[in-house]
Amino acid sequence: MSHTQTSSRKRGKLVNLRNFPGFKPTAWFVLFFLYSPLVYVVIYSFNSSRIGAVWESFSVKWYFRVFENTDIQRALKNSLQVGLVATILSTTLAVMAALGLLRMQRAGKAVAMALIGAPLIIAEIVLAVGTLGLFIAVGVPLGKVGLMVAHTAFCIPFALLPIRARLSQLDMAPFEAASDLGANERQILRRITLPLLAPAIFAGALLAFAISIDDFITSFFVAGPGATTLPVYIFGMIRSTVTPEVNAISTLLLLFSGSVLIGSYLIQRKRR
Amino acid sequence: MTAVTTTPKKQAQRGRPGQSSPKLAYLPIIFLAFAIGVPLLIIVVYSFLEKPSQGTGVKWVFTLENYKALFIQEKLDGTTALDTRYIKVLWTSFYYSLLTTVVTLVLSIPVAMWIATRDARKRNLLVALVTLPFWISILIRTYGMRQIVADEGPIGKFLGIFNIEWSILYSPPATILGLIYVFLPFMILPIYASAERFDFRLAEAAYDLGAKRMTVVRRIILPSIRPGVISGIALVFIPALGSFLQSDMLGGGKTNMVANVIANNFGQARNWPFGSALAVLLIVLTLLFVLIMQGAAQRRGDKVELV
Repeated sequence: MSHTQTSSRKRGKLVNLRNFPGFKPTAWFVLFFLYSPLVYVVIYSFNSSRIGAVWESFSVKWYFRVFENTDIQRALKNSLQVGLVATILSTTLAVMAALGLLRMQRAGKAVAMALIGAPLIIAEIVLAVGTLGLFIAVGVPLGKVGLMVAHTAFCIPFALLPIRARLSQLDMAPFEAASDLGANERQILRRITLPLLAPAIFAGALLAFAISIDDFITSFFVAGPGATTLPVYIFGMIRSTVTPEVNAISTLLLLFSGSVLIGSYLIQRKRR
Repeated sequence: MTAVTTTPKKQAQRGRPGQSSPKLAYLPIIFLAFAIGVPLLIIVVYSFLEKPSQGTGVKWVFTLENYKALFIQEKLDGTTALDTRYIKVLWTSFYYSLLTTVVTLVLSIPVAMWIATRDARKRNLLVALVTLPFWISILIRTYGMRQIVADEGPIGKFLGIFNIEWSILYSPPATILGLIYVFLPFMILPIYASAERFDFRLAEAAYDLGAKRMTVVRRIILPSIRPGVISGIALVFIPALGSFLQSDMLGGGKTNMVANVIANNFGQARNWPFGSALAVLLIVLTLLFVLIMQGAAQRRGDKVELV
């Protein structure tokens, strides 16, 4: 017994199975690859030169341009309005779907899962042009309301992911106890289900908001001229002329994404 | 006796006590049927309709011309010939997505394994670093990549010192690089999730029992991370196949993928029925891929949920 142990330790010293040659440099290369374009954008947002790739001197003038640009402000307002409405609606619908699906019959569940899964599998461009067709056929004017409907739809599967995961881990005993003690469905929902699901609902809402704010393709087709969202506006800027202003907006959005992520991480850690 | 046998059946129908009624799911299902189901149906219907003589939209006349036009070209003199343009577009989309999947897979396995074998604190930090790009707009990430690969970007400047010419922007390599860049985290994270659960004592046990290092990798480690690899392949290949921004911004419209052609037909080209036929083809190809993946996963006995 002791003989085998010492021999394995000897061999373990020679070959460490947790460290393969090349893994570490590959990991560092990948991290460098993932971050260098972002770092480049941040650095060049402080470049005073009008020509993007030539470094002139340090300046924050592009940030002033961004703050003075009323088109950007309007686009940001549209993005936030659509994002907030889509987040609230999609998260609410996702909670309802997650709870209702638990007891749904097979056939109904299959249809529901196909509809929920569709935005994850089918290319966004297909849904975007289909939604455009729908809105024109039904007479929904292209604009903010249509955008809110479309965003709510493709945010539902993302909001649903953490909620379903949490629901499958929940201990059913409190539900049965409450039911045995005479609580009705509404009381159980309000007093037990929703409090237990709260962290997952929060995570789902965050995911839905990120997906909505980030969306480009659907917004591009459905927004119409009046409801341009920030990604659609930035895309237009990139297409027409490369101004260093885009670097400044991008940096601000990076800052926003980063702080939302860190904030949610801290909130979730506090809860634990 | 009869009462005993009927009780479980009734219970199964009602679900367990305390659970919400299935009616709760009706509203979300109706909403999704309207906002997801109907648009997909519209695309299928439009693909069989004629294009109006002027303006956008469709003319309600049934035709198979849109599907024929995907492969056959009618010349001015009335003769027909095989049209390879759209076959090429589909092939390009498939080929770029495949290449993206292979490259991200080859890079992600070492990265995921390396992160999974770090100590807890370092591991959390590294996972956060890989997750952060998930939350950053794909538009901005693609734009960042465009500046990196631009002729006068950092790579171009560096190679300029050695008088090496660098010009890949608005060409296929730039598009592929952009796809790899954007979808890399989608491959690393699921593989990491599998690798993190792997108990390395198993590998050590196999090694102690006389397995060679490569045998341990092939027979013990790779099968253990296979569910993550399969999820990663699905999460990269499917969105890459329908990607729009990378070929638009980095390929400069010269290297069209299928999403760009669909967008163009619903935009400037104003041919909704033809765009719809292409969209239907894209849906079919995507579903075919999903079925193949699910089949492969089931045959292996892995439980992989794509949705």
